[in-house]
Amino acid sequence: MKPARRQRLILIALMVIGVAGAVGFALKSFNDNLMYFFSTTDVVEGKAPQDNLFRLGGMVVKGSVERPNKGMMVRFKLSDYSKEVTVEYSGILPDLFREGQGIVANGKLDGRGVFVAEEVLAKHDENYMPPEVKASLKGPVEGK
Amino acid sequence: MFLIPDPIGKFFHRMASPPHFYALTEKLMPWLTVFFLLLLLPGLYGGLVLAPPDYQQGDSYRIIYIHVPSAWMSLFIYVVMATAGAIGLIWRIKLAEIVAISSAPIGASFTFIALVTGSLWGKPMWGTWWVWDARLTSELILLFLYLGVIGLYGAIDDKRTASKAVAILALVGVVNIPIIHYSVEWWNTLHQGPTVTKMDKPSIHISMLVPLLLMAGAFKLYYVIAMLQRARLELLQRERNAQWVKAMLGKRA
Repeated sequence: MKPARRQRLILIALMVIGVAGAVGFALKSFNDNLMYFFSTTDVVEGKAPQDNLFRLGGMVVKGSVERPNKGMMVRFKLSDYSKEVTVEYSGILPDLFREGQGIVANGKLDGRGVFVAEEVLAKHDENYMPPEVKASLKGPVEGK
Repeated sequence: MFLIPDPIGKFFHRMASPPHFYALTEKLMPWLTVFFLLLLLPGLYGGLVLAPPDYQQGDSYRIIYIHVPSAWMSLFIYVVMATAGAIGLIWRIKLAEIVAISSAPIGASFTFIALVTGSLWGKPMWGTWWVWDARLTSELILLFLYLGVIGLYGAIDDKRTASKAVAILALVGVVNIPIIHYSVEWWNTLHQGPTVTKMDKPSIHISMLVPLLLMAGAFKLYYVIAMLQRARLELLQRERNAQWVKAMLGKRA
């Protein structure tokens, strides 16, 4: 390789490494701002904002969904498999909202430690399979 | 030679000679088209008709057969574009510059398709057209990078200078590619994690995976076809005064 070409190769490599380093540090320092939602553990440990709107993500706990006033208001528990937070929401739930599914809710905490949601988005997982396969997977797990 | 052995270097130099490239791609084109259709038609039929509905999303998930291959292509084409740009910068190979700039509009289109189909998919499933989570935002930045490359190339009259400027912009933007790919793992996002491109076996049933891979192959071939066509045109425009173009046109007339 001719020296001029080698020099250009090294220059370009340095440029890419430099940019990657700069962006890496920037992303690292903004890490918390890049999180789309807080987990339920963050809320229980008091890391989530107390008076501001924020997003809360987690799994809808099985058997926790209830409509206390027989109206639009839904109450359910969200969990990240370690801590649980109660959520209240009045409005139309997305199609994929169901027990055991992940969701992201936007809202704020009230004084009682209940998360009052203004918006609920469903977060679907990365698994795709036909219904029959799901049924056959479910069977043995629930049977034990 | 440093890094690259001599015979390979010679092979690339021969490939990169404009008349050779022009003649070779003309011969390749029908074959590429045949392979493209051989992948596209079974892919579409398999994805839209044969593949079973999803246990959660029913038939709505079928947009995956457009969304995911387009998103893969948006990343793949960017890497090709930046690599070709770097080769153009280092070895000053005209053909590499042409491949780089010919890839940009195709990559921009695939990025746009990925964003639009993702949005259409997000509305019924997530309940929203758009959220500013890390995956969606970084993919939008990718679209702006492509548009920046196209705009910068168009803004500079001397095309060799333009190619150098564009290659540097493309190389700076390369840092975004791993960010897009790993965004769903590094941060909490509304977008779900990877299904196919992970270390485990893919978490998609085989009857749904096969059409997806066929479509991904078809999209790759479409890119090669579209990119080569653009590159041939760009080559003719740049070399319009060269001897080989005149000779070829004389022969055809």
